[in-house]
Order: sequence, then C-alpha cells, then structure tokens
Amino acid sequence: MSRSTPLSNRIENWLPRLVLAPSLLVVLVAVYLFICWTGWISLSSSMIVPKYDFVGLNQYVRLWSTPRWHTAVFNLFVFSTLFLALTTGLGLLMAILLDQKIRVEGTLRAIFLYPMALSFIVTGTAWKWILNPALGVQKVVNDLGWTSFVFDWIAQPTFAIYCVVIAAVWQSTGFAMAIFLAGLRGIDNSVIKAAQIEGASLPRIYRTIVVPMLRPAFLSVIVLLSYIAIKSFDLILALTNTGPGSATEMPSTFMYSATFRRDQMGVGAASAMMMLMTVAAIIVPYLYSELKESRDGH
Amino acid sequence: MSTLEIDRARKLYGDLEVLKEVSISIGTGDFLVLLGPSGCGKSTLLNMIAGLEEISGGEIRIAGKVVNDLSPKDRDIAMVFQSYALYPTMTVRQNIEFGMKIRGVSRAERDKAVKTAADLLQMTHLLDRKPSQLSGGQRQRVAMGRAIVRQPKLFLFDEPLSNLDAKLRVDMRTEIKRLHARLGTTIVYVTHDQIEAMTLATRVAVMKDGVVQHLDDPQSVYDRPANVYVAKFVGSPSMNIIPAKLEVKDGNAIAIIDIPGAATAQLAGIPVSSQAAAKYAGRGILVGIRPELFSVTGAASAQKLSVNIDVVEPTGPDTLALFQAGGVEVTARVPPRAVAARTPATLAVDTAKIVLFDAETEQRID
Ligand SMILES: Nc1ncnc2c1ncn2[C@@H]1O[C@H](COP(=O)(O)OP(=O)(O)O)[C@@H](O)[C@H]1O
Ligand SMILES: [Mg+2]
Repeated sequence: MSRSTPLSNRIENWLPRLVLAPSLLVVLVAVYLFICWTGWISLSSSMIVPKYDFVGLNQYVRLWSTPRWHTAVFNLFVFSTLFLALTTGLGLLMAILLDQKIRVEGTLRAIFLYPMALSFIVTGTAWKWILNPALGVQKVVNDLGWTSFVFDWIAQPTFAIYCVVIAAVWQSTGFAMAIFLAGLRGIDNSVIKAAQIEGASLPRIYRTIVVPMLRPAFLSVIVLLSYIAIKSFDLILALTNTGPGSATEMPSTFMYSATFRRDQMGVGAASAMMMLMTVAAIIVPYLYSELKESRDGH
Repeated sequence: MSTLEIDRARKLYGDLEVLKEVSISIGTGDFLVLLGPSGCGKSTLLNMIAGLEEISGGEIRIAGKVVNDLSPKDRDIAMVFQSYALYPTMTVRQNIEFGMKIRGVSRAERDKAVKTAADLLQMTHLLDRKPSQLSGGQRQRVAMGRAIVRQPKLFLFDEPLSNLDAKLRVDMRTEIKRLHARLGTTIVYVTHDQIEAMTLATRVAVMKDGVVQHLDDPQSVYDRPANVYVAKFVGSPSMNIIPAKLEVKDGNAIAIIDIPGAATAQLAGIPVSSQAAAKYAGRGILVGIRPELFSVTGAASAQKLSVNIDVVEPTGPDTLALFQAGGVEVTARVPPRAVAARTPATLAVDTAKIVLFDAETEQRID
C-alpha cells in the first residue's frame, strides 16, 4: 500500500503531525511530565532539594495541619466566589446596557477592555496605591473635607482579601462583558420583538429569554475566570504581598513560599496537587455536562 | 370587528423617507398582502402596525381605534416572523404559553388553549420538544400556534415562508389559507413573492420605494395593473409591454405594432374610453399583453399577429414562444408543440384584455 502512494501524498499526510510534534512534545514534558513529577515529589520527604524516597501521604498530613494553608484555602474560597459572582454579574449587566444601542459603544468597549491588557502586576501596584489610606481614596475624600472618612481595608487582616477581589474584578469585568456582548449580538432581534408583542417587560425578556440563550457565553466566562481565580498569584504579590501578616495568603502563594522560601518542597508539591484536584473537580464535570448537552443539540 | 385603516402613514429615518403617505384600508376578515421587492418598506409598514416602529406621520387605526401611541402589547395583534423568532431555550409548549403566562391566564385555560392550537396545526406530538429539534416547517407551525392562542384582532406575517424550501412553501401556503378561512381573522401578510400574494390575498398592495402603486383584489391587480411597474411585477412570465402607436378609426382605438420581417400588426377591440382614445390618437403608447392572451387557433374574428418565432421554451403544460415586436422581446404562452423555433407563425390575441399605458408616465390609460 504505502509503496504505491506517491511521495507528495505521504508528505501531505505527515506534514501536520510533523508541524504539531514539537508543541505536543513541549506540552507533554512541561505539563504532563511535571504534573507526574510533582505528584511523585509530594509523596517523598523532599525538603530543600528533591529526594526520591517514599513517605506515603505524610506531606499531605503536614499540609493540612498547617494553619497558613487553612487561611489560603479559606481565602481562595472567598475570593473565587466573590470574584466569579461579581465579574460575571457586572460583565453581564454592562453588556446588556451596552447592547441597548448606545452611540459611543465602540469607545466604551475599548475602555472596559483595556484593563485586561494590563499585567496583574500593574493592576496590583496601581490598586495598592489607590487603596492605601495615606495615598488613595481615603486621602482624596479626606482632602475634599470629609475628614472622618475611613477606607483602610487593605491594612485590616479581615478585609484585605476583599481588596484583592476589587482589583481582580476591575481587571476582568471588561473581558466578561466582551464575551457576553458577543453572545448578545448573536441573538436574533425578532425573538425580542416577539416577546415584546406578547407583553413581556424588558427585564422579564432578559431574565427568561435572553440570559438563558447566553449559556455558551457563561461557559466560556466561568471556565476562564475560575482559571484566573485559582492561578491568581502575581496580583496578590503586587497588591498585598500576602499581608497584612498572612491574611491574603492563597494556595498559589503558599505553594511558592513553601517550595522556594521555606525549604519544604514536599509540602509545596502536596499543595500543588491539591490545587490541581480542585480545578479538576470543578472544571471537568462542568465541561462534561456542557459539552454533552451541546452534542444533544440544546 | 377588526378593520385596519392606514391613513397617510409616513416613516422617516433621519432625512430618509422610507414610507411616503401610505393609505390602505381593509375590512374585517380581509387578507391584505403587502407585495414588493426587497427594501421597498413592507417590513417597516408592518412593524409600524405592530408598534415595533414609531409612526412618523399620519394615523393607523385598528378596529377604529387610533393606535399610534399604543405599545405593541396593547394593540391586540399577533405577529409571525420570517426567522420564526421562537424562544430557543423553551419547549414548544412553553413557547406557546409564554404570552398567556405574562397575561396571567390560569393554568387550566392555558392547557386548553395550547391543546386547541396544537390540534389545529397538527403538532400535538411536538409539544415537549425544543425548537432546535424541529424542522423549518414545524418551527413555522409553532410560531403560528403562538400567534393563534392570542386570539388577536389582527395577525401580522412578515415573509413567514421565505426560509422554507419550495415544496414546503407551497404546503404551508395552503395551510395559512385554510387557517384564515377557519379563523376569519384579519391578516396583514408581507411577501416579495407575487404567487403567494395572488394565492392568499383578498387585497393586494403592490409597493415600490415606499409608495403604494396599486391596491385592489388580486385578480384586478393582475388584469388591470395600475402602471407598468405593477404589470411587470405581478405575473410570471411578466406582462409584455410593447411600444406601439395609437390610431383612431371610426371612433375605435387601434394599436399599431411594428414587427420585423412581417406585416405591421393592427390590433382593434382594445378596451379604452373614447375620450382617452381621442387624447392619445396619433401618439406613441405602451401596449400591455399577458403571455396567455396569445393563442394559435383564435376565433375567425380574433385579432391576428404575424410573427417570426425566435425561441421556444417548453415548460410542460405549455410552451413559451419568444418573438420580436415593437422593438422588444415578447413572450407568448401557447400549447406544447404548437409553434417551432425560427419559423413564421400567426398568433391570435384576445384584445379585450389588453391594457394600455402612457408612454411617459407609464400609468394605465382607461
Ligand atoms: N433602522 C433603520 N434605519 C435606517 N434605514 C432603515 C432602517 N430600517 C430599514 N431601513 C431602510 O428602510 C427601507 C425599507 O426597509 P424594509 O421595510 O425592511 O424593507 P422590506 O421589508 O420591504 O424589504 C430600506 O431601504 C432600509 O434600508
Ligand atoms: Mg422585510
């Protein structure tokens, strides 16, 4: 068979594989091989350098008995919930408002999208100043004459995490809005007209007809935002540097400091595995159900 | 009672006048078709009746009541869209119920209305499906069901069949006609398809560039079109418009048509008033002859035309014969195999049904 196929045909068959091979190799090594390697390290007694022995789940036990890890997990929970809810909600609201045929839409969309182009380091640094009581919002309001105004969340252990939420929401809302706006643009106008003729009010039309039609947009937004939430690292370092104290510690910052600062590579690897499992536990079933539904033609 | 009166309605988008003083009035149970090419303002007019577009000038009255400032839901209308406009996340049942739910109709009544509509449109087995699981024809049926349960004074259809394939379009056309006969509700129906207009309408309004060219029952529009534009738009193949000269002999109008390579044709017996004949005597006019007014074996008294046939196009039930007359190509509908290409033929013309048009204004001469 292969002997009778002309050479050009064989090249045509092999070219795509050849072109894809390097990136496939990089992904295999840099992602999957290192996931396995991290998994192995998490079962070893590695401290400052990798050690390839086996101590069972010891490192996981140590991880879960570290109070700092508990703070990190709790913070991640608070942060992701608020971040996802606020970004999705505000993004959807802004998209719906923009969809009402505002003339300056092009400009507004660009303005809302700009934050996404910034690195989290820039966002973090900017908001560090904005939220700093001696430099930012509090000082401006005080200078305007309201001298008793206090806004020092960033310095308070219980509220600092909400500052991270504010900065992250500011950065990502425009992105969520852009995806929802694209979804809204794809909706046939006559569907809305039909509902209007039947007497439905605009809020009701959006709630019962338009928003349910945006399911695919919700899928993209939620998947991408969850990923941003769990990997958030640079924002924390730039904005609060996990402080005050360790009040804004997150699993990602915990993993980094355990592995590279505190010479506890095993614990760091265990925390990395915990994060991987969390992401998998959230994203895989969601993706699965959504993709299955879309195959069924909903 | 559900009459519709459109009284000098205008529509402006900025400086662009899309509708120019449109006046149409129809009675209870009428089936009005707005017919015209794409972009002539049909949908705009329909949306103005529905309340989805503002009325820039004039008045629209439904059942005698001025509706200019009423919102769509208070106009007692239901509308069916070209794209069906079903709610994709709801089942067929929920689609049909939606309006009733909003109006606070009780559950028992809703179920009854859904059942009646589903029976009427033979779609009881589809009630629990989503729109994406339906074919185009089924979707259009659901859209009609949704309109029916409103029991409106006025149904509005915006090109409901143009997304369907040819066979289904004919079936659904019949179904809409049957529905109209059954419900007797007044209907306004927009289409660019003249056959749909002819088959469905009790009144046709032919539109061009935001102006109603002709408003009458379909047969009158076909037989006595108001101008050359209407004559050419309605009917397929369209009416032959042949330049000719009008002469008056003994008080009778005679149209004189040049035919290359044959004797000049002189057609008498054209229905035109003596005043008009006198006015146009000796001047150039346009003669409108439908293809089926030609025949091969006319009565002895019939007016005859000697021509040279260029091309014949068999269509099955009959054949289209093409020849030159008065400087234009003319189409005649004749029985199959009655004439042959590139041979002379003598065709009779039923001149009593000929229509004359002014050569400059292109308006009909009566
Ligand atoms: N929102 C609008 N703004 C400006 N022009 C419009 C608007 N809607 C329609 N038009 C113009 O009005 C004319 C009539 O449109 P329409 O009623 O949709 O035509 P039809 O349904 O007969 O194809 C078209 O020339 C179209 O370009
Ligand atoms: Mg249209």
